[in-house]
Amino acid sequence: MAEVNTDQGGSAKGGKHGKVRAKKASTHIDMTPMVDLAFLLLTFFMLTTTFSKPKTIEINMPVKDGEPTKVNNAVTILLSDKDRVFWYYGEFKPGETQLIKSDFSDNGIRKVLLDKNAVAHAEVMKLEEQLAKRQIADSTFKRLSVEAKSQKSALMVLIKTDDKAKYRNVIDILDELSIASVGKYAIVDIMKDEYDLMQNAN
Amino acid sequence: MPKIKVPKKSPSLDMTPMVDLAFLLVTFFMLTTKFRPEEPVVVDMPSSVSSKILPENTLTITVDSAGRAFFNIDGQSVRRNLLTRIGEKYKIQFTEDELKKFSVMSTIGMPADKLKAYLDAPDSERKKMDKATGGIPIDTLNNQLADWIVYGWTAAISDEAYAKKKESGNELRFAIKGDGGVDYTYIKRIIEIFQQNKVNRFNLITNLQATPTTE
Repeated sequence: MAEVNTDQGGSAKGGKHGKVRAKKASTHIDMTPMVDLAFLLLTFFMLTTTFSKPKTIEINMPVKDGEPTKVNNAVTILLSDKDRVFWYYGEFKPGETQLIKSDFSDNGIRKVLLDKNAVAHAEVMKLEEQLAKRQIADSTFKRLSVEAKSQKSALMVLIKTDDKAKYRNVIDILDELSIASVGKYAIVDIMKDEYDLMQNAN
Repeated sequence: MPKIKVPKKSPSLDMTPMVDLAFLLVTFFMLTTKFRPEEPVVVDMPSSVSSKILPENTLTITVDSAGRAFFNIDGQSVRRNLLTRIGEKYKIQFTEDELKKFSVMSTIGMPADKLKAYLDAPDSERKKMDKATGGIPIDTLNNQLADWIVYGWTAAISDEAYAKKKESGNELRFAIKGDGGVDYTYIKRIIEIFQQNKVNRFNLITNLQATPTTE
């Protein structure tokens, strides 16, 4: 076995009087360089970190070859350049349908959507309240709100754009839809008649 | 004259709590930071009230204000695999060095014939090329973006790390990061390409808007 030499000049033998004293070194170490480094790193990470994670809107596009379903409660929103937005209710009847001009303010398209989707919106609001009071679970809330949004009387929205509409406006409309708890919507191609009507409606 | 003795005070103070705090913060920032490579295009995303955070593991198509399309996918091994496949398709032989460079890059917006030159170029040159490029071609006759999407997808599916992520419900997502000022027709074209390749569910990346009001 390895031997550890503890013998210190034979003085440990007696040990009656003077204890072996370790040399008392100061407990203070100079931490300055370490602190410098720590703060350097801290500053670096603080400046490079970005906290704003990008957000997202998830959309499902209808499968292309699907037959268009007939809906009784439908609003068609038409978008054009310069933030112009038009809408009409129900089916498109050539010669009969009139476009109504609206805008992106609180009293504009949002009011229209909230009015038309009042039943479903009220239900979702109620569910949200219950969720806030913890009366229902998260998963229940999700399921029930999807049900409420997809019920038969709920509003269906079709979004159509001409070739000059800006992407921002499409996002704005999608936003309005989520505010008005519209669950049924689709972005579809514009019809020729609608296009003509919109160009004349300036 | 007797000297006036100033009581000697130790200049060192107890820095321990401060150091503790500093290191705590350093650790925090180190763990939360995710380094993002520089993006070749600046995109002003439209704001929305949606508070859903973009999931990781995405295939992103960026459309800038001029309507140019750029492509990005997460995962180094996936990117490497993807570039090899693109090389096979367009008969370009990429060197090991180029593959490595590409795997740590981010968004790319080069037509296939300029890809090699782009990867070989130094950083400063690359920035110039990013400005001059027309993005990845998306016309019906020369739809290179569709190839990027399909090969990116297949590369992700055949990737090992990806398979693990899929088990935890973190499958590959498709996202469109469009500039708010771009004409919707460009976005529509991207959606069309997505749909042609059987992608019917995707994310539109936006910024968070503080209050639900529109300007």
